[in-house]
Amino acid sequence: MFPNFPIWPVRAATSASNLDALFIFLLLVTGTVTLMIFILITLFALRYRHDLVDKPTPILGSLALETTWSLVPFGIFLIFFVWGAVLYFQERTAPPDSMEIYVVAKQWMWKLQHADGQREINELHVPVDRNVKLIMTSQDVIHSFFVPAFRLKQDVLPGRYTTLWFHAIRPGTYHLFCAEYCGTQHSGMIGSIVVMNPAAYEAWLSGGGGEGSLASTGQKLFQQLGCGSCHRSDTQGRGPNLVGVFSKPVLLEDGRTVVADENYVRESILNPGAKIVAGFKNIMPSFQGVVNEEQLLSLIAYVKSLQGSQQAEPVSNRPAVPNTSAQPRVK
Amino acid sequence: MATASAITAEREHYLNADYGFRSWLLTTDHKRIALLYLITITFFFFVGGFFALLIRLELLTPQGDLVQADTYNKLFSMHGQVMIFFFLLPAVPAVLGNFLVPMMIGAKDLAFPRINLLSWYLFIIGGGLMLYTMLTGGVDTGWTFYVPLSTAYLGTHVVLAAVSIFIAGFSSILTGLNFIVTIHRMRAPGMTWGRMPLFLWSNYATSIIQVLGTPVLAITLALVGLERMFHLGVFNPQLGGDPLLFQHLFWFYSHPAVYIMILPGMGVVSEIIPCFSRKRVFGYEFVALASIGIAVLGFLVWAHHMFVAGISVYSAMVFSFFSYLVAVPSAIKVFNWTATMYKGKIYYSTPMLYAMGFIGLFTMGGMTGLFLASLGVDVHVTDTYFIVAHFHYIMVGGMVMAYLAGMHFWWPKITGRMYPESWGKLAAMTIFIGFNLTFFPQFILGWTGMPRRYHAYTPEFQVLNVLSTAGSTVLAVGYLLPMVYFLWSLRYGKEAGDNPWGAAGLEWKTASPPPTYNFEETPVVTWEAYNYDDLPKEVPVVG
Repeated sequence: MFPNFPIWPVRAATSASNLDALFIFLLLVTGTVTLMIFILITLFALRYRHDLVDKPTPILGSLALETTWSLVPFGIFLIFFVWGAVLYFQERTAPPDSMEIYVVAKQWMWKLQHADGQREINELHVPVDRNVKLIMTSQDVIHSFFVPAFRLKQDVLPGRYTTLWFHAIRPGTYHLFCAEYCGTQHSGMIGSIVVMNPAAYEAWLSGGGGEGSLASTGQKLFQQLGCGSCHRSDTQGRGPNLVGVFSKPVLLEDGRTVVADENYVRESILNPGAKIVAGFKNIMPSFQGVVNEEQLLSLIAYVKSLQGSQQAEPVSNRPAVPNTSAQPRVK
Repeated sequence: MATASAITAEREHYLNADYGFRSWLLTTDHKRIALLYLITITFFFFVGGFFALLIRLELLTPQGDLVQADTYNKLFSMHGQVMIFFFLLPAVPAVLGNFLVPMMIGAKDLAFPRINLLSWYLFIIGGGLMLYTMLTGGVDTGWTFYVPLSTAYLGTHVVLAAVSIFIAGFSSILTGLNFIVTIHRMRAPGMTWGRMPLFLWSNYATSIIQVLGTPVLAITLALVGLERMFHLGVFNPQLGGDPLLFQHLFWFYSHPAVYIMILPGMGVVSEIIPCFSRKRVFGYEFVALASIGIAVLGFLVWAHHMFVAGISVYSAMVFSFFSYLVAVPSAIKVFNWTATMYKGKIYYSTPMLYAMGFIGLFTMGGMTGLFLASLGVDVHVTDTYFIVAHFHYIMVGGMVMAYLAGMHFWWPKITGRMYPESWGKLAAMTIFIGFNLTFFPQFILGWTGMPRRYHAYTPEFQVLNVLSTAGSTVLAVGYLLPMVYFLWSLRYGKEAGDNPWGAAGLEWKTASPPPTYNFEETPVVTWEAYNYDDLPKEVPVVG
């Protein structure tokens, strides 16, 4: 094909291959039916032209036909529905072994943070053949993270986290577009996803960073803000012990249970009174306006890192080989 | 021509019953109000069209070089707001519906003639505010007013535009109310529900949506205004609000609004296809009930605009399922129109060409809707040019074709004059070709990943954009043609006679143009709709 006249987007992730199969199926089915209608209309218009027909034949209708052309399309629609829903469910459920990358969108820029501490702007380096999960939020308005080569898109909202995951299958550089109108430079909010071979990715990883992992940045902040004076790693603290809490169900004071995911930790930092853990008092001050989106993400990464052991130890999570998870595993 | 005007001057009808600005601006005659709407929406159509041409010109090259980014954002925002709220929504109901609803049921006027005039004044106030918004710097919210962009980040006339649409919305509610009461209470003796023309069924269904849906839009826009001016924390998360709440409220109206735009068009086509096939519509009951089905199911699909917005996977599945369900009645209609042509006696008059064009373009719009209702596919193509192409196929390919079909079909009734038939056919072809040249490339653009609302784009999308822009100039010429020959026909057109198409329907049983109270005496209906078996087999006027 001509380089400036693509009619099919590049297929660079498993999600793209899955979707293209459904898209081709839809094209074939709807194309056939559309063509059928066009041919019938043309045929009727030519065959029953007024000067070829003496008298029109009165026909009131046909219950059999009406039933057929209601039920048959509906049956076909059900196939479209189920197939599309299955794909959607898959692409919205990240495998547990995904490496996590944090995304902060703002007018008009993408900021990306790797667990190891590398920060990027408008460019995201990922390894091929790995499950990658993006945890995304916006500092201002709604944006949308869109990678045509992956056939994936997810709106990025202020005030909460949305997620997206992919499994790239082809090294290369692909477009990243903002797909939700976000003001003046909306069309300038573009970047690229660089999918790399494992070796090249390792080389890239060791080249940048230098600030320590995201979780260790979070740990420093945790200490600076004095969080540890209440959230102690024993049972004596005025706030809940955070060790081993992440991704587990938490019993609340009002009897409800919530899972301690990214959105819960975020809410508990910014609006601590919203969901009080059973047995604790509403005494924590809000950190709204004190920590910014990127600091919040590092705090969350730190809370995530507090798994299993009874001591909140400094975390070091550079993987030895690229095929293991890039940060402590979340069960 | 001299004799023609002499004849019209003799007989008194709604156009010459009274003269002067006062007689028009204070009229309560539904036919005159329809013409007031016609002039207003035609003006807005060309304003919105002018914005569209500037958008297409900007997109001729990948760089943002014709206008500034802010200007471009205003252009597509105002194109959307003007076309949707000041052209498409009122086009068929307020012009053709206003003119035809009372005549088709054999009534003298709508149930509330003064409220009908009030509707137009509300529309004019809303439209005036929209013009003022445009002239004092415009608005760049998109037509969707998404928060928190609209409430906290834009420095343009957001509140003014919202107020303008808020006011115009009441015009829409009142028109809907008027139609519902009129259709229930004012049908002529013998005009049972089962004998009503399908145009009335679809306008009735439309009215239900207008009355039930529009208030939700009004509330939503009011909340946007309050949050913007007084920092009421409803939508903005920084103030404790929820931006998805806005999207739910907005689409609760704005998806059904799509059916406000297309249902009356389907009604027009249901009148024209039987007339130029010289036979009764195939499956009358099914076409009629499909309109009601669309109106009811249309309220249950709004969140299909939000599949990537961050709603739960399971609620997305429910909305995907209902979106497929609402496609069934539309499919029923298309099949019935096609079947109506079978064994007919088909005339290729201008209204029929538009109606056939409508079926083709609406079918393509509907079929691509099936892609979007499928969750997995929607994730990739939503917010790209695929969406832009899809809804233009429905609203421009579908609705504007239907509107023009109706304008050509009833022009002889409205004015008493015929437009030049060969020019009519030429325009219909030009519009059909121009439309496809403009919008078909946009499906491919969207599928290959070009996001919508982009002032500048990456170079690989240029060829298709150039094609689209080239097509839009053909389309523009196509839209200017009817404007010219309709005006020409007012003075030079042939005398139409009462029923130039040999059409069924009460509106054709009175004079053209009709007298002020429509009928000399109240008609009594003893026949079914579309009784073409009892009418002449030939169309009297053949172009």
